[in-house]
Amino acid sequence: MNQLVTTLLVIGGGPGGYVAAIRAGQLGIPTILVEAGQLGGTCLNIGCIPSKALIHAAEEFEKAGHYAADSPLGPSPLGISAAAPSIDVTRTVGWKDGIVKRLTGGVGALLKKNDVQVVNGFARILDGKTVEVKRTDGEVQRIRCEHLLLAAGSEAVELPFMPFGGNVVSSTEALSPQTIPKQLVVVGAGYIGLELGTAYRKLGAEVTVVEAADRILPAYDAELTKPVAASLKRLGIDLRLSSSVLGLNAGVRVQQANGEEIVLSTDRVLVAVGRRPRAGGWGLESLQLDMNGRAVKIDDQCRTSMRNVWAIGDLAGEPMLAHRAMAQGEMVAEIISGKRRHFTPAAMPAVCFTDPEVVVVGMVPGEAEAAGIDAIKAHFPFAANGRAMTIESTDGFVRVVARRDNHLILGWQAVGRGVSELSTAFSHSIELGATLEDVGGTIHAHPTLGEAVQEAALRALGHALHI
Amino acid sequence: MGIHVIKMPDLGEGIAEVEVVAWHVKPGDTVKEDQVLADVMTDKATVEIPSPVHGIVTSLGGKLGEAMAVGAELIRIEVEGAGNHTGDASANTTAARQQVANPVPAKAPAQSTAGTAEEFPPITVAQPETVVTTVTSAETAAPAQAAPSRPAPAYTQSGGSSAPAHHGRAPGEKPLAAPAVRQRAWDMGIELQFVTGSGPAGRISHADLDAHVSRGQQKAAEGDRRYAVLEGEQAMPVIGMRRKIAEKMAEAKRRIPHFTYVEEIDVTELEALRVQLNARYAGQRPKLTLLPLIMRAVVLAIRKYPSVNARFDDDANIVTTYNPVHLGIAAQTDAGLMVPVVRNAEARDPWSAAAEVARLADAARTGKALREELSGSTITITSLGALGGIVTTPVINRPEVAIVGVNRIVDKPVILNGAMVARKTMNLSSSFDHRVIDGMVAAEFIQTIRGYLECPATLFVE
Repeated sequence: MNQLVTTLLVIGGGPGGYVAAIRAGQLGIPTILVEAGQLGGTCLNIGCIPSKALIHAAEEFEKAGHYAADSPLGPSPLGISAAAPSIDVTRTVGWKDGIVKRLTGGVGALLKKNDVQVVNGFARILDGKTVEVKRTDGEVQRIRCEHLLLAAGSEAVELPFMPFGGNVVSSTEALSPQTIPKQLVVVGAGYIGLELGTAYRKLGAEVTVVEAADRILPAYDAELTKPVAASLKRLGIDLRLSSSVLGLNAGVRVQQANGEEIVLSTDRVLVAVGRRPRAGGWGLESLQLDMNGRAVKIDDQCRTSMRNVWAIGDLAGEPMLAHRAMAQGEMVAEIISGKRRHFTPAAMPAVCFTDPEVVVVGMVPGEAEAAGIDAIKAHFPFAANGRAMTIESTDGFVRVVARRDNHLILGWQAVGRGVSELSTAFSHSIELGATLEDVGGTIHAHPTLGEAVQEAALRALGHALHI
Repeated sequence: MGIHVIKMPDLGEGIAEVEVVAWHVKPGDTVKEDQVLADVMTDKATVEIPSPVHGIVTSLGGKLGEAMAVGAELIRIEVEGAGNHTGDASANTTAARQQVANPVPAKAPAQSTAGTAEEFPPITVAQPETVVTTVTSAETAAPAQAAPSRPAPAYTQSGGSSAPAHHGRAPGEKPLAAPAVRQRAWDMGIELQFVTGSGPAGRISHADLDAHVSRGQQKAAEGDRRYAVLEGEQAMPVIGMRRKIAEKMAEAKRRIPHFTYVEEIDVTELEALRVQLNARYAGQRPKLTLLPLIMRAVVLAIRKYPSVNARFDDDANIVTTYNPVHLGIAAQTDAGLMVPVVRNAEARDPWSAAAEVARLADAARTGKALREELSGSTITITSLGALGGIVTTPVINRPEVAIVGVNRIVDKPVILNGAMVARKTMNLSSSFDHRVIDGMVAAEFIQTIRGYLECPATLFVE
């Protein structure tokens, strides 16, 4: 049998795996990366990037509709009028695929540039140092390695009584629609369900979102999600909270909070009830690693319970975020090269690309309280921000949480159009250990949404200038 | 502008004098409402005096370590508005006037650094909930308000104890450093938790890392310090708790003609019983040490010799013996020796006594013991456990007349029934007030205790 020997073997070419491989290559570590599908993993192919492309297209289409003579909102206050827009979804998906192709191609080029050998095929672990790959070309390849990095990612959770297939789709299929359904039922009001549900609504579908909890985006606090809930209502999305899906017959059977059972007629059902680590089907069990539920248990260096076997990204559990996987991958490569590193970020940013967007970095007020920290919080509304007015988007606010005793910033939250870009400033200030005075004393360019960041810090200090 | 005077509060139980053990402010300081001004101490409890008002301290009523009368002027604060003080001629108590013999001249507010302070918002220090009782001045019964949910717009000079800590982290707190500093520390093999941060909020900079490294090198370069010639001395004022202990000890030794009686006890069987009891009730009852069993023996011996369970008022020449046994248990705390009291020890079985001793010792150590729990004993036991030595000469807890000292247990060869066997033995070193306890009584008292301890079944049969 054909056998390869290497120092580092990475299973999975997603953002965790490919970054680890690139960094290892830079550091001169002989590296092989095994990927069964396309390079880039969930993020580039069926996650972050395609969803943002689709959301952008949907936003543009909806905006064009506002200029149409028959817009339900009446004539545009900007004085623009145009003919009613139409959309060719096939071309939209083609455009999105073009972006994905450019990015995944870029990943391949970067791996090549850094002397990483990519093996296309499905890996199966034999032991902690040996992996067998069933290559796409049919050959079986055995690879022996000194270090094994597990980066197999995650998969969409399926509802047992409503499996994927036919008109029941996961986010993967929802990101490559051939048509826009007339009616769409979204199961789950987490960030995936709301992002895609909103996009489909803007593309013209009648959207109903069914959520078992009593609120949307259960991971965020009510103050943050309120503007999102208001926007869903404005867009005409039918939100059914405290309701559980029972199954699919003629339509989606839903049990409402009052116990009453109703049937929602629909052309397509998007099940977005969460993702889980891809821990089965590739021999992972044979390693008998310590697990944390379905996730592989790791320490602050991404070491598993087996020496020289490492795990990163979604496979290692929550939070399942591409940027976390990338940072972990980079770190593992550096540790293998002999550097001393630990995964100890001060904060992990999380962004939700709903309309409006939600950003959370560091501690929310409730977390600070739970940690027994005497904290202060302050928020600055975009309604008092000039730039927000000029882009017709005054919903939302920036909120800061800081220690009362020494004013160390513990967390930032924001909700509003375009606030995802503020996550950079938020992460910088927390990671650098900034205090409220640091941010309050930094000149922020005028007129920008970022001024709300400075003003929130000033407000926490008791002397905001523009409110 | 008015003057607000805070008087020494009445801390209860007929206490006439209170000692100032710490000043947290000085004249010229700006104080906020609820800010702690001073710590004062009565016989056993330390109390924080918070400010009921916002203002500038103009004078302090007493020096550190000074015993002040209840009702005396503790501090003067200049406040916005009327204040509560209309002039020295008003109804201040005599005691108060005596204490304000030399009020420190008030600094003009303009001289304080309030100008620069305005650039910084107030920084409040969280009050840990575990601190000793906090009271407001008896006269100004302002309710202690929770700190405002965000800094009040008024500015204050951040100085003294309210200044932000630039170094030193609470246990478990993560060191604060930028990613580049963290990475450099890893590369250098330095644990950031040991590095002092000089930046705001204790942030560790590259310069702090360098300083940490050069300190380490300096230490290494200094060479062999074991035989170095040392210079310097430390003078510590004996105040507060330490002074109380000093006074009590001196008075006990000065007034009481002690005599100390030492007897060896064979505790082999007692130890065996204790081990057995602990095994039998493992998980159900508190673990027994020897102390609760000794306490029981003392209680039983007192029934036969009640005269040792007494207090001698040597000014009035009255000896009072007591029916209940309020057993003082000497305990070491960070602040010094304390004697929490197990009340009615005669009514407690060994487990109940053990639990009460543990509770009281903990309360004494954390400063939460009540006054009543630290006074009123009728006889005292002092035990240092494994540190007990072979013989001690305990000092009587005046006005009591006896103290039983417990020494450590040793394995010893003993002649028993003509054969040499290994036994566990322990000495009791006990002191008595020879003015009221005769040698005979003391000896019989200790021999009775010995009888109970050497035949432990008698501890449980009446």
